[in-house]
Amino acid sequence: MQIDLNTVKKMAHLARLEFDEKGAEKIKNDMTQILDWVEQLNEVDTEGVEPLTTMSSEVNVLREDKVGEHLSHERGLANAPQKDSDYFRVPKVLE
Amino acid sequence: MLLALEASIFETNFIEQHEIIKNMLSAEIKDKYELVVGLEVHAQLLTKSKMYATDSTEYGNLPNTHISVLTLGHPGTLPKVNRKAVEFAVKMGLACNSQITRKNIFARKNYFYPDLPKGYQITQDKDPICVGGEVPVSLSDGTKKSIALTRIHMEEDAGKSMHLAGEVDTLVDFNRAGVPLIEIVSEPDIRSSEEAYAYLVEIKKLVRYLDICDGNMEEGSLRCDANISVRIRGEKEYGKKVEVKNMNSFRNVSRAIEYEYERQIELIEKGVEIISETRTFDATTGTTASMRTKEDLNDYRYFPEPDLSPVVVSEEWLESIKVSMPSLPRELHHKFVNEFGLPEYDAGVLTDSKEIALYFEGLCKLTKNYKAASNLMMGPVKSYLNELTLHISDFPISPERLAQLISLIDEGKVNFSVATQKIYPVMLKEREQSPLTIAQNLNLIQESDEGSLLPIIESVLAENEAKVAEYRSGKKGLMGMFMGQVMKKSHGKADPKVATKLLAEILDN
Repeated sequence: MQIDLNTVKKMAHLARLEFDEKGAEKIKNDMTQILDWVEQLNEVDTEGVEPLTTMSSEVNVLREDKVGEHLSHERGLANAPQKDSDYFRVPKVLE
Repeated sequence: MLLALEASIFETNFIEQHEIIKNMLSAEIKDKYELVVGLEVHAQLLTKSKMYATDSTEYGNLPNTHISVLTLGHPGTLPKVNRKAVEFAVKMGLACNSQITRKNIFARKNYFYPDLPKGYQITQDKDPICVGGEVPVSLSDGTKKSIALTRIHMEEDAGKSMHLAGEVDTLVDFNRAGVPLIEIVSEPDIRSSEEAYAYLVEIKKLVRYLDICDGNMEEGSLRCDANISVRIRGEKEYGKKVEVKNMNSFRNVSRAIEYEYERQIELIEKGVEIISETRTFDATTGTTASMRTKEDLNDYRYFPEPDLSPVVVSEEWLESIKVSMPSLPRELHHKFVNEFGLPEYDAGVLTDSKEIALYFEGLCKLTKNYKAASNLMMGPVKSYLNELTLHISDFPISPERLAQLISLIDEGKVNFSVATQKIYPVMLKEREQSPLTIAQNLNLIQESDEGSLLPIIESVLAENEAKVAEYRSGKKGLMGMFMGQVMKKSHGKADPKVATKLLAEILDN
């Protein structure tokens, strides 16, 4: 499956990645190769096989509705690139 | 993109001119178009802990105090599903007659926004826990209609971002991030703002009866987005829909729908194409405006959540949830109308809140005079609660004592107005005294004993000989005057029924 440059740009935008034209060309070729490789799976007949959604066969790994340990306010904010005494600060989202 | 830009320039003018246009949009033109609305309601579930983490869900705490490594999206953390949240979602599905999905797989919805630290929301995509179902609504003209549901699914709330004026940054609080939600999605079955309002009232009533959400729209525990479009009446295809957000009351949802209805008709009448977009409602102006902050292209790239194993709702688990279901408003409504013989109106008022309905149901186990019980609840009881903004759980009179008051009326010891105006106010203050004791202390017991009423009647007639003669010569209207005198002489204690009967017997012979 041939990936075109527009698809690369769209994927890059969705994943918030930036690269130059030369990089885009390289990624385009890599992505095409990866998809081609995965496409080999299409050779297998999966008629009537339920899609695999998790690797384990476990079900109902549930938790009772109980409040547990919290991260302290200070520790929670410790690694924030920008913060004040109450909030995480991020570049303004709305104009 | 060019089209969108042009439309947006047009739109600024449009909003300014809307008031004028609104008046110009004739009923005739408006009538050509049918309104089509579907609602998406998010309800915050009343669990103690979050959907996939053990942080507290308590509302109103200092910012960023109910957080954990999971909530903040730190690497290497694993979510675990809250059993109660699943049960709450199933309850809502059962209340709406939805199909309950037995094998639930969670999905990742990927997008970048600062209130979502993980970069994805764990939700449900292809297999929502509840499929289909319906919510019956009653309209003011008495019409009944069922709004079909598409689905109800489980997901987690995002954090709260604040964009303060004069502030360069956006401030983010993650206390709300990860709080369990159900999203209730309706089919595009709603045809008027009144239907939308009635639907929301029903949803709120249901979640409160089920005790799964407090239903408070102002505080954001119930939120609503509306998908609104219009089409020429009789047209099969739906028009292009616009999604409106940011309406924080039922009233505002109906205002936004009314506004969009006219805005879209106006655009179509002018030959401008409607663009599918997200708009935000402004409560001060009652208008909507295009939102241009989120990326134009919503590509959420859903895929099965690899960190959560499927949740299977077994027959046994489903049965145990069914058993724990409380009476639903429509069941109680049906009972009040069909078993108690109450008017639809009474049943509607009495089932408005679960607590009032249950109090009334309890009261009706103690008396057979259901109409008197209903009149007491809708009149004096409700006005006392409203006046003091009290909840029925704080009401000082137990169903037992209220039933005793009704017995006094039934036995002819007091009439309804004496019961509600004289005895009831004392019952509110004197919590130990029985209504009978209060009536006796206040000397309010009606004279229904013919032996003690007869002398009073005879003396009234003796004092009014001329009127008696007039009555006997045909002036039957004087009966009221005689009754008034009897009531006066008995200090209001004469049982009117017995007194009227005695008076008639004597006068007509």
